[in-house]
Amino acid sequence: MSVRRVDPVQPESFKFTAANAKWAKDQIKKYPKGKQASAVIPLLWRAQEQHDGWLPEPAIRAVAEILDMAVIRVLEVATFYTMFNLSPVGKYFVQLCGTTPCWLRGADDLKEVCRQVIGEQNQVTEDGMLSWLEVECLGSCTNAPMVQINKDYYEDLTAQSFEKLLNDLRQGKEVKPGPQNGRQFSCPEGGPTTLLNGSTSSKSKRSTSSKATPKRGGK
Amino acid sequence: MPKLIIDGTEIEVADGITLIQACEQVGVEIPRFCYHERLSIAGNCRMCLVEVAGMPKPIASCALGVNDLRPGPNGEPPEIHTKSETVKKAREGVMEFLLINHPLDCPICDQGGECDLQDQAMAFGVDGSRFKENKRAVEDKNIGPLIKTIMTRCIHCTRCVRFMTEVAGVSELGMTGRGEDVEITTYLEQGMTSELSGNVIDLCPVGALTSKPYAFSARPWELRKTESIDVMDAIGANIRIDSRGREIMRFLPRNHDDVNEEWISDKTRFVWDGLRTQRLDQPYIRVRGKLRPATWDEAFAAIAKNIKRGKGKKLAAIAGDLAGAEEMFALKDLMASLGSPNIDCRQDKAAMSPAKGRGSYLFNSGISALDETDAILLIGCDPRTEAATLNARIRRRWRTGQLKVGLVGQETDLTYDHDYIGASPESLKSLIQGKHGFAKVLKAAKQPMIIVGSGALSRGDGSAVMALAAKLAALTGVVNATWNGFNVLHHAASRVAGLDLGFLPAKNGLNTAGILKAAKAGKLDMVFLLGADELDMARLEDTFIVYQGTHGDAGAHRADVILPGSAYTEKSAIYVNTEGRPQMTERAVFPPGEAREDWAIIRALSARLGKPLEYDSLEQLRSAMFAKHSHLAIIDAITADDTFDLKKLGSGTARIGTQSFGRAVPDFYLSNHVARASATMCELSAMKSGDTSKATGTDG
Repeated sequence: MSVRRVDPVQPESFKFTAANAKWAKDQIKKYPKGKQASAVIPLLWRAQEQHDGWLPEPAIRAVAEILDMAVIRVLEVATFYTMFNLSPVGKYFVQLCGTTPCWLRGADDLKEVCRQVIGEQNQVTEDGMLSWLEVECLGSCTNAPMVQINKDYYEDLTAQSFEKLLNDLRQGKEVKPGPQNGRQFSCPEGGPTTLLNGSTSSKSKRSTSSKATPKRGGK
Repeated sequence: MPKLIIDGTEIEVADGITLIQACEQVGVEIPRFCYHERLSIAGNCRMCLVEVAGMPKPIASCALGVNDLRPGPNGEPPEIHTKSETVKKAREGVMEFLLINHPLDCPICDQGGECDLQDQAMAFGVDGSRFKENKRAVEDKNIGPLIKTIMTRCIHCTRCVRFMTEVAGVSELGMTGRGEDVEITTYLEQGMTSELSGNVIDLCPVGALTSKPYAFSARPWELRKTESIDVMDAIGANIRIDSRGREIMRFLPRNHDDVNEEWISDKTRFVWDGLRTQRLDQPYIRVRGKLRPATWDEAFAAIAKNIKRGKGKKLAAIAGDLAGAEEMFALKDLMASLGSPNIDCRQDKAAMSPAKGRGSYLFNSGISALDETDAILLIGCDPRTEAATLNARIRRRWRTGQLKVGLVGQETDLTYDHDYIGASPESLKSLIQGKHGFAKVLKAAKQPMIIVGSGALSRGDGSAVMALAAKLAALTGVVNATWNGFNVLHHAASRVAGLDLGFLPAKNGLNTAGILKAAKAGKLDMVFLLGADELDMARLEDTFIVYQGTHGDAGAHRADVILPGSAYTEKSAIYVNTEGRPQMTERAVFPPGEAREDWAIIRALSARLGKPLEYDSLEQLRSAMFAKHSHLAIIDAITADDTFDLKKLGSGTARIGTQSFGRAVPDFYLSNHVARASATMCELSAMKSGDTSKATGTDG
């Protein structure tokens, strides 16, 4: 993480779309009168979503005005939370987990893929499709290594599958979020390892262990 | 009233205070950076750690209320240790962490010698550092022409952020980023616009925020400190003048709980460069339309030539906004001995006079009563520009939620919510008739206050406005046996003393308007301006003008004879603030060149005119003055007006106009001749008026 500043290149202005403006009003209604400033994070988040995944400076002012806050107070929030991107990001914004479990499972290889396919961190590719950022733990350690692209998790990656994923995204092909190695969610790799007696998977070699607890099968 | 044992001393303390305050009461000094008694509690510097018996870890004493401490198992009072080994180690640890990223640049730091971090590192730190890595560096911010930032030095106590948000009421500073990347800044480095912003320099415990105009000009230990009084407004803020040799280096606030607390406005703090420039350092006389330097003798001779014996009625004198009581007293005596009734200290023609009692022109409740009031009606008054520190006090009271404010006059951002009632006397009438809801607020309030500003009184129908205000005060119970909330807020430092001394037209005498009119008609032989610059000089036409003052401002430009006087830092003089509190300035430096103390000039002139005044020294003058006006002798005490009668004040039948109330101080930064001579004030004024090229400070 480094010092976070607003981007030197900024759009002229920012305005919530009519739908978002109405949504913002509803958000503000959630809080007691006079405490409208509490809605600052949802509003900033919606502004970022509306503005191609990054938060321009005029949006900070716009939110301050809607919430009747000092604009510096909104800037404080926007610079505090790293989920607010203060500079442009690619159409597919890759947040790559580099924390210990992912790192042990090969996050470094994924970083290398990012460098080769996209470039350095926080740089948007020329076609505007991709950019990436190393982040701290995203809470999907069972499926390490993983990345988050826009709103979806892509897990159980290898260098090859990750590279294919990036290229597919770039070419507009459909990709499937979740584990990329055929695993279902965070189920054990290669099939269940517990509660095996009586079930169809009793042939697996691990099933011997189930003999120790015959009654728990519920026959 | 919980009982505590602090370092073995048992003490019973008030409810609701914090541990750090309790420690102070037994005389134990707790080091601190972020804690400040006039700001909210942040508890982020961790320097004030103490040990509380029974608690597993050291506790930040600034953030722990005394009521939250548990007694011992047998009901014995909680024990606090501030000198134990744990506390010592904790402080050393905190200090080491604070110094990790703090540069060791004390030799080139302006805070050096008056730095909290330096002092506390000496007292509570260790002698070495174990930190071998790179220190972090932070970009400096440009936040205007007053405050220089060296942000690498910042320890993130957030005192400045809290001050601007809470006291000044302008959320301009903030802390962006997080963790190691945290930075104090204004929004995109905009210049700070608050009129109290200079106080963050005093609040900053390190050298991150320092005074830009004072940068690298002196060290605190080479300055001579003189305790004095400010005259930029009528509050009479207590200041310390730091001077070196013959030059004023800076002004700092002194604490006075009943006047300015420990804040001063930017004008008070940074006006000192105006005391160096545009100064009148020798007498001048006008010869064939041009001013030329002259000796004192020549100047006095030129005046004597123009004063004809027995024609005292053709002489007049006007005292300016920065005149001290002594010189007004002397000038009044001189004009009386010359037989002139035409004197006035109200150059803005304000309808104030002692005829209806001293209470008719004083801030009767006293400034500190603002902490108790629950409703204020401001009439023709913008306290933010006329008395910035007083406005901060109103804001503090408003922040408690127990104060409602109404405003009749020019709508403006007062830094607190207020009911805007209207701009003209019509609004006063509607309040009296009970048509506007704020009348009910005033009536319901236990300690209501009406503050009448100069903007409401310095107009043709000023006395009628005053009568209306008094009528409203009587209706709403602003004055009762124990409470007098009928207040006049002055903006000129000299005004109350002038009114107290009766520096006003004698019987059949002319007031300021009359003097200007007579001068225009060519009916006067001489007009004596005692530092009076806020007049329309063109209306004096060809009248012979004597200007006694300090700066080459409007008055001096028009004058035929200039007598160089002393500024408020160069003489000992009594000023009475808006609540009627006499305070005395002290001489910090000598006046420049040939300039003399003002009372002495008038005394010398009186001898030259053959009417010598009866005092030869400042002491004799003062005893003569005190003999007539005994309350001036009691420095720093308010002598209340016991005979104040609201009915008398409200009895006027003068007609009232319909035009809106104006502003008494149109430009906060340029309200008097000292401020106008200050380059810093001119820059601030330009910045305020929208010339933002200067606001960034990038112009040099």
